[in-house]
Amino acid sequence: MSGGEKAEFKSPVISWIDQRLPVFTMMQKEYGVFPTPKNFNYFWNFGAISMVLLILMIVTGIVLAMHYTPHADMAFNSVERIMRDVNWGWLLRYMHMNGASFFFIAVYIHIFRGMYYGSYKGPRELLWIFGVLIYLLMMATAFMGYTLPWSQMGGWAATVITNLFSAIPFFGEGLVELLWGGFAVDNPTLNRFFALHYLLPFVIVAVVFLHVWALHVTGSNNPLGVDPKGKQDTLPFHPYYTVKDTFGLGVFLLLYVAVTFFLPNIFAHPDHFVEYDSLVTPVHIVPEWYFLPFYAVLRAITFDINLVMLGGFGIMFLPFFLCLGNCCAGKILPFKFPKLPQSSVCLLLGAAVFAVGLMLSGSIPLLTDTTIIEAKLGGVIAMFGAVMVLFFLPWLDGHPVKSARYRPLYKTFLLLLVVTLLALGWVGSQPPEGLPVLVGQAGTAYYFAFFVIILPWLSKNEKALALPKSISEAVLKEKNENAGVVA
Amino acid sequence: MFEMKQMRLVPVLLLSLLVFGIYTPAQAAGGEEAPEQHWSFDGIFGTYDRAALQRGYKVYSQVCAACHSMDRISYRNLTALGYTEAQAKAVAANYMVEDGPNDEGDMVERTALLSDHFPNPYANKNAAAYANNGAMPPDMSLLVKARHGGADYIYGIMTGYEEPPADHELLPGQNWNRYMPGNVIAMAQPLSDGLVSYEDGSSETVAQYARDVAHFLTWASEPHMEERKRTGIKAFLFLLAFTGLMYVIKRKVWAKVH
Repeated sequence: MSGGEKAEFKSPVISWIDQRLPVFTMMQKEYGVFPTPKNFNYFWNFGAISMVLLILMIVTGIVLAMHYTPHADMAFNSVERIMRDVNWGWLLRYMHMNGASFFFIAVYIHIFRGMYYGSYKGPRELLWIFGVLIYLLMMATAFMGYTLPWSQMGGWAATVITNLFSAIPFFGEGLVELLWGGFAVDNPTLNRFFALHYLLPFVIVAVVFLHVWALHVTGSNNPLGVDPKGKQDTLPFHPYYTVKDTFGLGVFLLLYVAVTFFLPNIFAHPDHFVEYDSLVTPVHIVPEWYFLPFYAVLRAITFDINLVMLGGFGIMFLPFFLCLGNCCAGKILPFKFPKLPQSSVCLLLGAAVFAVGLMLSGSIPLLTDTTIIEAKLGGVIAMFGAVMVLFFLPWLDGHPVKSARYRPLYKTFLLLLVVTLLALGWVGSQPPEGLPVLVGQAGTAYYFAFFVIILPWLSKNEKALALPKSISEAVLKEKNENAGVVA
Repeated sequence: MFEMKQMRLVPVLLLSLLVFGIYTPAQAAGGEEAPEQHWSFDGIFGTYDRAALQRGYKVYSQVCAACHSMDRISYRNLTALGYTEAQAKAVAANYMVEDGPNDEGDMVERTALLSDHFPNPYANKNAAAYANNGAMPPDMSLLVKARHGGADYIYGIMTGYEEPPADHELLPGQNWNRYMPGNVIAMAQPLSDGLVSYEDGSSETVAQYARDVAHFLTWASEPHMEERKRTGIKAFLFLLAFTGLMYVIKRKVWAKVH
């Protein structure tokens, strides 16, 4: 990040330090004069907002840890003690509890912005991958934090989620015992979850550092998806974006403060205020809202998968596998795969084979009466697959145009994906019976189809609108149009 | 820029979905949702009504406390209900608690101090369950937060006892309550008109007792609510001014660019 010429500083103290360790030069270069596209909209605030919330979570978390007792018999009481007797303890706890929700809100908007404007496309693939890694770490951290108050909801969430790993063939059971530190969710589980909940945020900080580093190498994308062509297209980061980020942060924090102080338990289920009892199962075990869509995907696979169904899946995802394979072709692999077959043909054919397999389930020896993947394992694969597929996004979408502004088809499918995720969130909050199951299955099908079928297909076939020549040209044009409207 | 307007709706939509609780989990079958009541602690300026808290404490200590523990509350907390420290001490002096072991190794009984938590009516969970047909009376310190509907639910349960439908036969030790999830509740109707005498002239009816005890239990679940809301208003106003200032500065800085 540092390197090149040194900046000049008036203060002798600063210059003395800077000559020995050029942190001030670095800050000047990366956050002072750093050339930033001049056309950001407010979606570009959410990186900075997420950063502030990460720091807020770490600070409140460290102080909470000073008062919290990670023991199965005392954890719940120690949290109540924080709420009642520790000075400003209720504030710390509510800030931390709701901070997690708002951190996820900020990060979800940040991810959506990246997808809408194609920020994951070359040369920013690694930047995107670091981002997905941060999201994955956040999920692990948030889940373990959810269990720490050792409430009915927390303890049972730990039971449900750790039990997922038992679906893994051969070593699943052993893995679950390793996670538990015993033969059931108990004190050793709580201890290791607390240790990891304290550790992972600092791993997140490290990956955020890499994420920001990668960003400062490639530079930011922008709403047009057209790279800056020169000075006329950019502005120095300070003061233009420091002040814009601070304003956006203020608006976001107003919402956060409103919820934290006036509706602090809006995201909390009543079973979060009952101490964990391993003998009493709650009526509904639900995760926090930010996991609900994935919970819906997990529960969408209600059927065992036989050989024919697996074949159907294989045909549906063939374009995806070939697309991935061809990324390696010529470099790692000594040959190239044949040209992609028509995705739509694969989709229809695969779906038909899958449906036949499902209907004939259990009737044809070997082909449909042997369970290859049990429903539980299928659900686990689907849920983890739903996150893992994000890592491959830069290669699934190979369309040369970045911004959805110039890709009407992509824009429609992406907004449909947002609607699907909201629907899946609703499904995740409902008992798994009746309509929610069907909506969950349709939503899961669309989620995967979006990534592995629609995106590769659009990459080949979508005709983009005409791109502006440069950022400044587009900005001037917009300004003139607005002036025209006024006149 | 139609598209931009569209896009701005997305975060607003997401937030409003969350804030307005679209994701409320379904209720258990049987048992209506308790109707919403108006409380003095509703809203961002809401506060507890000290007189209601004191009446509610009276109902709790004379009726509920026979079976329900409240072990996160201590006598010193009674000053939050508007009692003076001397009054709270006098209340504590009515109760005996076990202390010790003393220097000779014996457990001793002594009168309760301000620092003592409300004593548990049963020796342990098993004793509580055994004495109540297997249904342990839950601790009341967090009950309002631990139930869907909160104070409305408590009020609903207290006033929702009725005869079971003709086709439903209750087993011994079961009661029918309109607002209990599943309708069947082990606790017999605890309140009756005139059961607790009030000194401030409030009506001595089941409805009034239920309101007061729900008020008291809300305080017990969330004792710092008033401080929280006061702090929240200050924090919100400060941030509003700060954000407004940032908006003005942002406009000024960007004026040359646009």
